[in-house]
Amino acid sequence: MRRFVKGNEAVAIGAIFAGCDAYFGYPITPASEIAHAVADHFPRLGKEFLQAECETGAINMIFGAAATGRLTMTASSGPGISLMQEGLSYMAGAQLPTVVVNIMRAGPGLGNIGPEQGDYAQAVKGGGHGNYHNIVLAPASVQEMCDLTMKAFELAFRYRNPAVVLADAFLGQMMEFLTLPEREAARPDTAAWAVQGDALTRGNMISSTNLQNDVQEAHNWDLQRKYASMDVEARAESYLVEDAEIVLTGYGTSARVARSAVDRLRGQGVRAGLFRPLTLFPFPVRELQEAGRSGRILVVELSNGQYRNDVLLHLDRGIPCQVELINRMGGNVMGVEDVMQKGMQMLEVGP
Amino acid sequence: MIKRATGFYDTFDRREKGTRATHYCPGCGHGIIHKLIAEAMAELGIQDRTVFVSPVGCAAFCFYYFDCGHIAGPHGRASALATGISRVLPDRVVISYQGDGDLGAIGFNNAFQAANRGDHFACFFVNNSLYAMTGGQMAPTTMLGQRTTTTPFGRDASKEGYPLLVCELLDRLQAPVYIERVSVADTKRINKARKAVRKALEIQKDGKGYAFVEFLSPCPTNWRMDPVAAARYTIEEMERTFPLGCFRDRSEQEAPSPNPVPQATIAELFGEGEGGEVAKVDPSFGERGFKFSGFGGQGVLSLGLVMARAAGHAGRFVSWLPSYGPEQRGGYASCSVVISGKEVGSPTVDRPDVLVAMSQPAAERYAGTVLPGGTVLYEASLPCPKVEEGVRLLAFPAMRIAAENGTPKAANTALLGAMSALGLHGLPEERVLEALDDSFSSKPHLVERNRKVYRAACDWARDNL
Ligand code: SF4
Repeated sequence: MRRFVKGNEAVAIGAIFAGCDAYFGYPITPASEIAHAVADHFPRLGKEFLQAECETGAINMIFGAAATGRLTMTASSGPGISLMQEGLSYMAGAQLPTVVVNIMRAGPGLGNIGPEQGDYAQAVKGGGHGNYHNIVLAPASVQEMCDLTMKAFELAFRYRNPAVVLADAFLGQMMEFLTLPEREAARPDTAAWAVQGDALTRGNMISSTNLQNDVQEAHNWDLQRKYASMDVEARAESYLVEDAEIVLTGYGTSARVARSAVDRLRGQGVRAGLFRPLTLFPFPVRELQEAGRSGRILVVELSNGQYRNDVLLHLDRGIPCQVELINRMGGNVMGVEDVMQKGMQMLEVGP
Repeated sequence: MIKRATGFYDTFDRREKGTRATHYCPGCGHGIIHKLIAEAMAELGIQDRTVFVSPVGCAAFCFYYFDCGHIAGPHGRASALATGISRVLPDRVVISYQGDGDLGAIGFNNAFQAANRGDHFACFFVNNSLYAMTGGQMAPTTMLGQRTTTTPFGRDASKEGYPLLVCELLDRLQAPVYIERVSVADTKRINKARKAVRKALEIQKDGKGYAFVEFLSPCPTNWRMDPVAAARYTIEEMERTFPLGCFRDRSEQEAPSPNPVPQATIAELFGEGEGGEVAKVDPSFGERGFKFSGFGGQGVLSLGLVMARAAGHAGRFVSWLPSYGPEQRGGYASCSVVISGKEVGSPTVDRPDVLVAMSQPAAERYAGTVLPGGTVLYEASLPCPKVEEGVRLLAFPAMRIAAENGTPKAANTALLGAMSALGLHGLPEERVLEALDDSFSSKPHLVERNRKVYRAACDWARDNL
């Protein structure tokens, strides 16, 4: 079944098909339509929706509900997501699954409500205190807003870890046709660790504290092993990369602009390709190396090089590859022509 | 023989393996309060149903004592956790245990709002007038003149304000079922406290709502007193600022029940969905970018939506991106629509193939961005906008045609008719009409009126443009 919906509504639909039990959130543009849809849909499906008094309250309500093994989520944008970082660190420490959707807007501070990708490092590198990672998924269409929200729940529960759906204002606000998921996801079994207020789980405990250094260190090592084991979940789209002489890369709205540029460059006889990560953590390293073999990578992003830095970090140093950046900030989006021009420049100058 | 306290684990391994001693200092109120809660849990037979939320502070290790399910969250947030838990486990007993810095300062809003919502949990609030675990700093409950490590000259009302009377504040709210302040400084007081704890947990057992018990509790260590002096101080000094007593007990009343919401299945919720075929790649259909712009209220966003829907039903790839937020508030409204024979890349339209302008500012803002070979279709009553060479300028009297055909507000529909007549969208007309009709599905009387405007507009455009 198809519906013509906003990206934000697609998130709510994905959450419903994932089996989400409870949503706690606080309004913020440009993410609010997620709460609107959830507030309308969840109570009718016997699910819980509560507008919290603040984002700190929301993430801690989630902490409580997630500790019972229920499927929980929230959505917000930069300022609200920043307020949630303490809670996310605790949840990562306590190994609790949840899904946080960030409809990124321009920052820092209040910034504005235009699309930006300046929260990349916050999401991908942890964001709160301590040695932890979120699982981070990067949708680039209304369809993926739904599908990757579902996927986020699946991964969050597989790894008992917070998962972030990192989207931007355009993806939240735009409408496209969405093919609804065919069926609801299977419910994860959480009785082994969750605290459900019953005889079965009476002995369970959720906490992120260990006063003994050695125990806390061992816990840290366990977490690092868990993050490393997530590598198998890395996903990317490689579009026309095989014969490419230049590969454009971006995620979310940037990837959409890059894709238009690739198509138009191809139309002009330039062998351009696109590498688009769907998971930002774990990072699709293998697909990136394929892109690197083109010898030229043009990073397209709506932030100050945060994503470019990860491309450089993960790119195999043995592959000779020129990496350039075209970026905008503040709620502006680069034109397709600007990207094409930058790509042409790279080809003229040569590696 | 001393009766062994019930409701606890057999040993408290926090301090050392196998011991039954707590980690609290001698004379500390926490141990007594723990005992009262554990006893009540055991007596009410609710250990299998209880989820206990511990704070950050001296009581951060509640989970070493109480024999029930445990969740330990961040400093100040136990009430927020309890809210979350009670919302997904409505028939369980949820307890939050918080100190005065935790609840009264950093987490006050969460505690206060939970009380105001009447969330279903028992909040046990331990008031010992300072931050104990971090080294005796001032808390919101520090009394006037009281010396702490951060008020070495005594709390000064003109500088640090007054001690926070939490029970008195919560008593201003409608929702709480039960509010009482007790003390654990002597046997007589402990007996009252025991009753209060039991009542708060009974309210949870019966699902009645929010219960709040504040304990005046000695902290000999940070008060730098021996246990006897600390107990005396609790009675003689603290009770002057924090009078004991029951502020509210509505436990005999019925709990308010929520208004019923009509229930649905997922299938019912999402209805039949949209018609038409799933988009297929069609290289023969070139990509077109459209910009619709005007004042808010002229229907430019819905005009774009009707076209986008029609494109989707016709098996084309399509995206619709509106202006949103403050941009709308300034009176501008615009949306970008991309229709394509392949997956749509950028949903933004910086250089439209077709601009539909319904207001002068919109025309001035966007006309110059239209690609050579493109078209500007603008409301004929506006001045002619400036465009690049090779751009077709079409003045179309959308408002007049809509008015003459009986629906002055349907100027946007008139523009749709003109676009069809001029072949600007490249979509089959029956899909466009279907989408137009659909857009009035909640106002069926407007369907025929809009069709009339659409037809008149088509005719006019064919004859005159
Ligand atoms: S510091 Fe005070 S509150 Fe903390 S355990 Fe010791 S006496 Fe009790």
